[in-house]
Amino acid sequence: MSAEIQHLESAVVRFAGDSGDGMQLTGGRFTATTALSGNDLATFPDFPAEIRAPVGTTFGVSAFQINFGAKAIMTVGDRPDVLVAMNPAALKTNLGDLRSGGVLVVDTGTFNPRNLQKAGYDADPIEAGTLKDYQLIEIDISKLTLEAVKDFGLGNKEALRCKNMWTLGLMLWMFSRKREPVTNWLQKKFSKAPTLADANIAALNAGHAFGETAELSATLKRYQIDAVKSEPGLYRTVTGSQAISWGIVAGAELAGLNVMFGSYPITPASPVLHTLSGMKELGVVTFQAEDEIAAVCAALGASYGGALGVTSSSGPGIALKGEAIGLAISTELPLVIINSQRGGPSTGLPTKTEQSDLYQAIYGRNGDAPLPVVATSSPGDCFDAAIEACRLAVKYMTPVMLLTDGFIANAAEPWKIPDLSTYAPFKVQFVTEPGEAGFNPFKRDEKTLARNWAIPGTPGCEHRIGGIEKSFATGHISYDPANHQKMTDTRANKIAGIANDIPAQTIDQGEATGDLLVVGWGSTYGPISEAVRCALAEGLKVSHAHIRYLNPFPANLGDLMKGFKQIMVPEMNHGQLKTVLRDTYLVDAKPFTKVSGQPFKIVEILDGIRAMLGA
Amino acid sequence: MNDMSAAKMNEPLKPADFATDQEVRWCPGCGDYAILKCMQRTLPDLGVTRENTVFVSGIGCSSRFPYYMNTYGFHTIHGRAPAIATGLKLANNDLDVWVVTGDGDGLSIGGNHLMHALRRNVDLKILLFNNKIYGLTKGQYSPTSDVGTRSPSTPDGSLDPSLDPISFALGANAPFVARTVDTAQKHMPIVFTRAHQFKGTAFVEILQNCIVYNDDVWAKVTDKASAPDHQLHLEHGKPMLFGKDNEKGIRFNPATFSLEVVTLGNGVDLEHIQVHDETSLPLAQMVARLGHKEGEPVAMGVIYAAPRGETYTEAVLGRVASAKGRRSLQDIMKAGETWVVE
Repeated sequence: MSAEIQHLESAVVRFAGDSGDGMQLTGGRFTATTALSGNDLATFPDFPAEIRAPVGTTFGVSAFQINFGAKAIMTVGDRPDVLVAMNPAALKTNLGDLRSGGVLVVDTGTFNPRNLQKAGYDADPIEAGTLKDYQLIEIDISKLTLEAVKDFGLGNKEALRCKNMWTLGLMLWMFSRKREPVTNWLQKKFSKAPTLADANIAALNAGHAFGETAELSATLKRYQIDAVKSEPGLYRTVTGSQAISWGIVAGAELAGLNVMFGSYPITPASPVLHTLSGMKELGVVTFQAEDEIAAVCAALGASYGGALGVTSSSGPGIALKGEAIGLAISTELPLVIINSQRGGPSTGLPTKTEQSDLYQAIYGRNGDAPLPVVATSSPGDCFDAAIEACRLAVKYMTPVMLLTDGFIANAAEPWKIPDLSTYAPFKVQFVTEPGEAGFNPFKRDEKTLARNWAIPGTPGCEHRIGGIEKSFATGHISYDPANHQKMTDTRANKIAGIANDIPAQTIDQGEATGDLLVVGWGSTYGPISEAVRCALAEGLKVSHAHIRYLNPFPANLGDLMKGFKQIMVPEMNHGQLKTVLRDTYLVDAKPFTKVSGQPFKIVEILDGIRAMLGA
Repeated sequence: MNDMSAAKMNEPLKPADFATDQEVRWCPGCGDYAILKCMQRTLPDLGVTRENTVFVSGIGCSSRFPYYMNTYGFHTIHGRAPAIATGLKLANNDLDVWVVTGDGDGLSIGGNHLMHALRRNVDLKILLFNNKIYGLTKGQYSPTSDVGTRSPSTPDGSLDPSLDPISFALGANAPFVARTVDTAQKHMPIVFTRAHQFKGTAFVEILQNCIVYNDDVWAKVTDKASAPDHQLHLEHGKPMLFGKDNEKGIRFNPATFSLEVVTLGNGVDLEHIQVHDETSLPLAQMVARLGHKEGEPVAMGVIYAAPRGETYTEAVLGRVASAKGRRSLQDIMKAGETWVVE
């Protein structure tokens, strides 16, 4: 007998457990299977900086949230509809987010006095009846997992590690997902340890079977979320780190250059190093340097040699790279610097997301040192943003800062695989002849102001460059006062001129004029988008513009803002874009900020919009 | 300025071909002039081309070197030349890359990069001009300054023990380590040539005189009169003899496990004198320390040379080359779990 399947438009599920419970892996597999079911989705892995924090503690809780639906999914969802809590600490730290009436699955096997005490509970919340606002589903997952895998001869600890697969099995049943993608994946992952593969598959099947049989008692409900209507094409899920890595390789191919990627491991930027290190077949050279400074210097040295030098880090590492970025500006060599922002200052919150490096990106160097700043707004968007960064770097002979953040880097979303043949190439033409007057490395293109680029190995074009000011006329070192003025002006004009070579700023949603323009950048795209959609539905005269090019701004941005009575700038920092907008346009841009290390909720921004409009 | 007719390009290059039209801006009498001249004289003999030669430097007096060499040149930032040069070799391994640095640039602010460039065995030729002082910032003491060096930042004399560049390089696992002197116009080319011929990281310390801030700091070693007693010229397979008439030598003392100075005669024969073996790391480590005690000569020439086969950049680029072309980016993006939306 099968229970009725309830159709939902979307659902938010959060898996929460100990760092060692495999919650990220569980979430990742649920995501892959959900994507294959044709849903749109957004994910939010949220994990502690400690690799294995002490078991059972609240600070060791690792969580993975997924929002998926038959409609376009813009955010990870404000509040989970389903929370899976693998231990008391996970319940304690996540329950507050679960929507009232939501489904709460707990592994009662972990609710012993020791774990309750570690989580800070005086009494067992299950027995105390404090969970009656939720649809509580108590299952001794630990015990059921041990039973499911008892035939495989695993030790107790190893057997308990299969708990996450048992849980995943139950969730796959609950949302009517197929198990095959997970079993295939397990077989591949444990190809050298088939017993572990079999045990995990047995746990997965047992969790699924539990749903099938338990539904008789009507404690468990089953849901169906239909496929979203997407543009036709071939799709896959992609994380921001993957898409940015592929975008860099695509950008270098369009420029006709090899990638030389210099990097030093840092959270949350390391996945880019890992992805590119596995792309030798595309001619990508990666170099794990001795430190952040060497990483950017090696990238710059490679650019000097005729490759596309790329480096990647997070806030503290970018700070260390500052001097070398200044050298790239002074010598006018292409370089792409990826900053996966995290909570700061200093070490800050390594695994939490923030947008607080905008000032550092635009201003963070000695001297007048302008460079283009491009921001990504979602995992899939990283691909095109990275190509743009490469294009600007080689066309204008400049370092480009590509801003992403910890949230985008780790989050996944369905992505229509682009057809690379549709991208217009921007092939680099090296200078190979010195010309009649001899080679001058600082002879400029009249339109772009980009300098001549000849690379070592080119006969007759031998030249010297460096960080000392150069003569505008000859490229030789010069301490002449008027020349320094001219060169500083030229470097500024070169970057400012990029405003004419980037798309005009568009209004993402809403009318071209109105009462309020919500201006965002980066990973706040989803929550702003949803909040503005709701505000429009409420009849508010609000619009949303999302800025990709943060330096220089698109040429029409100032005029566009003039069409609105008020400007609101939601940011995950203390108001940085707000300040830049005020400085650039003398507009009364109002900050709306959040620096908790967590993405904005839709409702937070919606409330902000309502408050601005007195609604 | 660099245009050359086709006819001229076929002629052998001369020292003047490696000089730029830029006015050299070192202090009159600076030891750097002699090193520059020597490099310009040596390169034609090495059979290299100007276009495939690159000088990369950091910051400091020595780091102005690239501006005066009519090759490719990159005057970078303080201490980072080895890192930039490593990236350059990863972009184009066919280039002949020389790194010019000093005791402050290479061993103080850039010590980390120097250490890693040495141990990685990148095919760089690293010349460290050691004048035991900060010149360009007007005379502060450096990491190679002797204890007690009076300078604007150490008016009562420096307190911290100094670093020995050769020992540092050996400690960092450099495969080629040599020493020469700015005034040794015959010796320097030999060392440059050996460094150039060596496949892998080659490190050369050049004792260099700063005429303004640390004049004569090497005088005892370099003065014509005292040099024979203070320089030990190493040759592979030859006994370590020195002194005006080669009357002195270096002997290994097993009791103290160290090298000691002996005078030939009175029972000390040539057979007691240590023979130089440039492939021996333990010997190189002991030779490196010679000169620290009164009466000991400073070792000159190739102290250590132990080729390691493939260089770092060859290995990295070799792996890339053997993998290249297996799949396209489009293939990679389509690999794994995908689905079609009709």
